[in-house]
Amino acid sequence: MTSINLEPGVNRPITDNTDDQPGVRQPLVLNMDRFNQVTQQVCQVAEARRTPMAWYVCFAAALGLMGLLGFCVLYLIVTGVGVWGLNNPVMWAYDITNFVFWVGIGHAGTLISAILFLFRQKWRTGINRFAEAMTIFAVICAGLFPGIHVGRVWVVYWLFPLPNQMEMWPQFRSPLLWDVFAVGTYFTVSLLFWFTGLVPDLATIRDRAKGKIQQVVYGAFALGWRGSNRHWHRYERAYLLLAALSTPLVLSVHSVVSFDFATSQLPGWHTTIFPPYFVAGAVFSGFAMVVTLAVPAREIFGLKNLITLRHLDNMNKVILVTGCMVGYAYAMEFFIAWYSGAIYEKFAFLNRAFGQYWWAYFLMVSCNVITPQLFWFKALRTSIPMMFILSLFVNVGMWFERFVIIVSSLANDFLPSSWDVFTPTWVDIGTFFGSFGLFMVLFLLFCRFVPMVAIAEVKAVMPQADPHFGEDQHDEAHESPAAEVRS
Amino acid sequence: MSTITTKPEKTRVARPSDPSKPKPYGLIAEFETPAQIVKAAERVRDEGYKWWDCCTPFPVHGLDKAMGIRQTILPIIVFFMGLSGTCTAFILQAFTNASDWSFWAVVWVTGYPYLISGKPLLSTPAFIPVMFELTILFSALTTVGLMFAFNGLPQLYHPLFRSKRFRRASDDRFFVVIEARDPRYFRSRTAEFLKSLDPVAVEEVQD
Repeated sequence: MTSINLEPGVNRPITDNTDDQPGVRQPLVLNMDRFNQVTQQVCQVAEARRTPMAWYVCFAAALGLMGLLGFCVLYLIVTGVGVWGLNNPVMWAYDITNFVFWVGIGHAGTLISAILFLFRQKWRTGINRFAEAMTIFAVICAGLFPGIHVGRVWVVYWLFPLPNQMEMWPQFRSPLLWDVFAVGTYFTVSLLFWFTGLVPDLATIRDRAKGKIQQVVYGAFALGWRGSNRHWHRYERAYLLLAALSTPLVLSVHSVVSFDFATSQLPGWHTTIFPPYFVAGAVFSGFAMVVTLAVPAREIFGLKNLITLRHLDNMNKVILVTGCMVGYAYAMEFFIAWYSGAIYEKFAFLNRAFGQYWWAYFLMVSCNVITPQLFWFKALRTSIPMMFILSLFVNVGMWFERFVIIVSSLANDFLPSSWDVFTPTWVDIGTFFGSFGLFMVLFLLFCRFVPMVAIAEVKAVMPQADPHFGEDQHDEAHESPAAEVRS
Repeated sequence: MSTITTKPEKTRVARPSDPSKPKPYGLIAEFETPAQIVKAAERVRDEGYKWWDCCTPFPVHGLDKAMGIRQTILPIIVFFMGLSGTCTAFILQAFTNASDWSFWAVVWVTGYPYLISGKPLLSTPAFIPVMFELTILFSALTTVGLMFAFNGLPQLYHPLFRSKRFRRASDDRFFVVIEARDPRYFRSRTAEFLKSLDPVAVEEVQD
């Protein structure tokens, strides 16, 4: 910061706002002091006539992967779940692993938009929009897997309490059904939250529209928003309510997902630590995915002044904290397995670490426990290439965590005579990688056509948005000796 | 009363013959900073206008108070809708899983008493996750639905959209809007008053 003050005439762009000095509030929006600059910077992506080449390259790759997903799913539906590598003890493998993985990724968005909102973390405004979008797309990917793993996809409506020809209902004592409600509610509420936040920004694009089509399409989605303060009043109330509702919701979703395992009697699944452990893991993986996507997105679309190094630094701190929680949970599972004195429980955990899936276990521990520890160092936390690589490691590690929990527990349960090994088939692998295609297609479309940063919210956290801006803080900021003298 | 009912008919007849006299919607005044709009809003409020508004690109802190907006009742309704979600979930689960009643709703629906591993039919603790989820779902749908409904949205046409100047209300400018239907509205006097608030510009918007 001092280097800037030395030459007052030169306006060098600020890139590093990660420094924490007592009494100094670092800006969250860099190198911009007019509201119009924020509008301009965000809208130019959605308004651009030409799409960056990098976008086309990514989109083509994503479409290809999505095609693979479509093919694998179609093949599965016309042939049957036998095309997967499932066998008698291992009846859940890639399908449910992918489901838990994607739902977990979907946790960062609502955490950022709801919990950080309640805690008045203003930095959330730079990243909440696309983290929420990421949440919605991840939950779409997640919802696909339980849908197709039921085998007979055409009767998937049996999941819902609808009157049917058998006069039967879903069994509400089953955690699998709670899951339907939890994930369904989570998707709906996340979508509402996202859309509510989007309305004022869509109105901004509508008002700037050059072409008729753009004006009509964005205008229709903006619902005729005109920024009336009587509307803003209810809007802010509603936003606060949604945040307050989503906070317990986001904690409940992965808890309910963990009930799928925790309420069973299988050693390795039957643990009370699962709900908090799953939630911490979900936040961990979700933030890693936000970093993975934010780093290239801010480069390609030129959003470095809005998604600043401080935002990334903060996210890496969250990754560090939740990574430690996950590590603690791994250790505590082992301790409880030993402390319980139950032989099956002890075996399940020893088998996890040293059994046939030892490689998956060690991949999981090294990616999830050891990797985030590097974020203790500020140099690594604020290094763009480093955080990108580490976030990828965390993504990989968290997928393997679910794989280890699900497959190793099922493959070796009580009776050695019923043990078996799970080996994935090409359809398993194709469906998994294909789901990334679906996710990326949705995400890239979002980046191209929807304001990627919450314009109105970012403006509201700029110092210029304060009606008292320039009254007395002004003097402090400039550190002029004249400011000391007040009559 | 009779004059009020006949008036719209008269204007409807008069309009095609007299297109040069459109109905005014009101006056807008443009401001540059949040501080200015808050000060202006206080003045308009104290002047006694009722049909007026401020349009801003983001919620300005303290503007609600400056305008004298009353707290919305939205949270109270949301609370009761949340409760109804809880009850709906409980009734749904108790009916479908723990009763053999039937009733007619387009088709006959009948409960099915599930006896699963000897657990009581009405296993309330197991019903709690779904009760929680539906509470949140009903509350969130009410929150968003009623927020837009109370705001009168979606409303894809609005006279203010006719003004080119007003388009910056979603970008970086702050507007005071005084509607012509306000009893204190007199075109010249209100325009004079708005000019006294030191805006960038004052403009008349037609309906």
